[in-house]
Amino acid sequence: MKLTESLSFRNVTGRPGRSAALVILTFLMAVSVVCGTLTVTSLRTGLGALEARLGADIMTVPASAVSKQNFENIVMQGSKGYFYMDRSYYDKAAEREGIEKISFQLYLASASAGCCSVPLQIIGYDPETDFTVSPWIRKSAGRELGDLDVVVGNDLSVFVGSTITFYGVECNVAAKLDKTGTDLDTAVYTNLNTIKKLIASSVELGMNEFTDIDPDRVVSCILIKVADGYPVDEVLNDLNLHVRRTKSFRTKDMISGVSDSLTGVSDIVGVLMCAVWLLGLAVLFLAFRMSVNERKKEFAVLRIAGASKKKLAGIVMSEALMITLAGAAVGIIIGLLMMISFNGLIEESTGLPFLLPDGGAVALCAVFALAVSVIGGMISAVWTAGRISRIDAGVILRGEN
Amino acid sequence: MKITAQSVCKEFIRQGRGTNRFVAVKPLDITIEQGSLTLLMGRSGSGKSTLLNMLAGLLTPTSGKVMYDGDDIYAMDDEKLSRFRNANIGVIPQGQTAIHSLDVLGNICLSYMICGTGRELEAAYPAARELMGRFGIAELETARPEELSGGELRRMAIARAMLRKPGVIFADEPTCDLDDENTELVLGILKDAARSGAAVFIVTHERDAVRYADVIYEMNAGEIGRTS
Repeated sequence: MKLTESLSFRNVTGRPGRSAALVILTFLMAVSVVCGTLTVTSLRTGLGALEARLGADIMTVPASAVSKQNFENIVMQGSKGYFYMDRSYYDKAAEREGIEKISFQLYLASASAGCCSVPLQIIGYDPETDFTVSPWIRKSAGRELGDLDVVVGNDLSVFVGSTITFYGVECNVAAKLDKTGTDLDTAVYTNLNTIKKLIASSVELGMNEFTDIDPDRVVSCILIKVADGYPVDEVLNDLNLHVRRTKSFRTKDMISGVSDSLTGVSDIVGVLMCAVWLLGLAVLFLAFRMSVNERKKEFAVLRIAGASKKKLAGIVMSEALMITLAGAAVGIIIGLLMMISFNGLIEESTGLPFLLPDGGAVALCAVFALAVSVIGGMISAVWTAGRISRIDAGVILRGEN
Repeated sequence: MKITAQSVCKEFIRQGRGTNRFVAVKPLDITIEQGSLTLLMGRSGSGKSTLLNMLAGLLTPTSGKVMYDGDDIYAMDDEKLSRFRNANIGVIPQGQTAIHSLDVLGNICLSYMICGTGRELEAAYPAARELMGRFGIAELETARPEELSGGELRRMAIARAMLRKPGVIFADEPTCDLDDENTELVLGILKDAARSGAAVFIVTHERDAVRYADVIYEMNAGEIGRTS
């Protein structure tokens, strides 16, 4: 450490009260930037994960389900609930023009009663036709699911290789999925044979709202991928017109509600983050200015002892760098811990897909927060250093006496 | 080192209702010889400290030149002037001038901390301790400035200015916080510095200082006159 830097260090440590106040200000700036940036990034990552898992262009559900309040959440995010329609609707939809791929899913919500290990949403897919969930189930399980195998969402506290019981039927946990930041993280996926067994068992136990359904003859949701060259809207209108008693939706439109909310939340978080940063910058600016004014005579003494204007500015800048680095580093660590600890709560309170990005992106957020906080502090210090350097030591000494 | 000021003048702008200029030091010539103790006396506000600061390279004159052995110090760039000041000029400013984050030894060795290597700083400690002994503050080596009395702070500032054995020493009211005994001590030490070849320039109200002076100037309303 150079002697002038050692002097800066002593100036910082020799005035613990003043330094602590400046460190706290930088800390607050860093916390706001890291939390704000991570919140916006996590919301976008969550939406990306949700989009990636949907895979279909169009979803068709029974018209009666549309009146149910949370049908979008059931379809989109895996919230608990279920509805059924006759399989003939699936056959009718498959006959329409412009359809490249078509599959269906069956839904069932497990009960909180003793027959089930845990209440959650069970989603059954048809491995032969599925084009939405199979790729990432195969990726997680490393194989196709056998009968009575299930793949569980990331938030469920069950181990791979253990068993889980639904309506008295014991299922094997074959794999755990990556996190999505939605209710899909508490859902369970299984193949068609297994879900049919579970539905049949729930009906037998008298625990299904639909008392007289035949699991072999029903579907919950039809998933459609539109063929190239066909406008999605055209196929959608065709389905709504010809497949009666069902309602078809464009998945992007369903996501757009989530996306709009996400944009709104992102904007608010962004504005709040900028406001806190600007406020922090203004307070830091005033704090540095006050601190330098208070020490004007000390700076004059340094000039007398032979410090050039450049060296004086260097001492002030070194002090500012030490303070802002300390504040920003602590702020980033605390901010990251807060985001990791409370991300579930944020997801719950916003009702939006919220998924912390991977380590690389988190590191980038941390570097960004460090840069923004340190730059904020340094801008304030540069101004005050420039100001103090321009004044003759003789003028300061004259003014002080 | 011989200091010659030629037609130095300093005007300040007073901010208030409108702006008005006032002349703190009217154009004047002065020479300070090496090996002599020069005293500048005068009433408060007569421009003594302003002149001292201009001569010490701390306050740019509005006009005129300040020459050290023929070199105009205000023609130097800031880096060069700062290095020159560090090596050749010791200044004892008016009032309390401590760096609060440093202890007494650190304050006295400040010029080495600003322009020196770690080895040079270490090497300066014995001389600093010797000066502390001469000024009667040896036991305060590790004390913080806020633990010192006004007189002790003053003696610390004088020791700081003298550590590098500069060719020129400027002292602005060096004895203002001191008792009679310490006043004698400080003036004696400054006189010794002059005898050793330094040019010593003191601004003071202290009438007893006259006994130590080789040259005495009187300043009045920005104008200077030699009295002896």
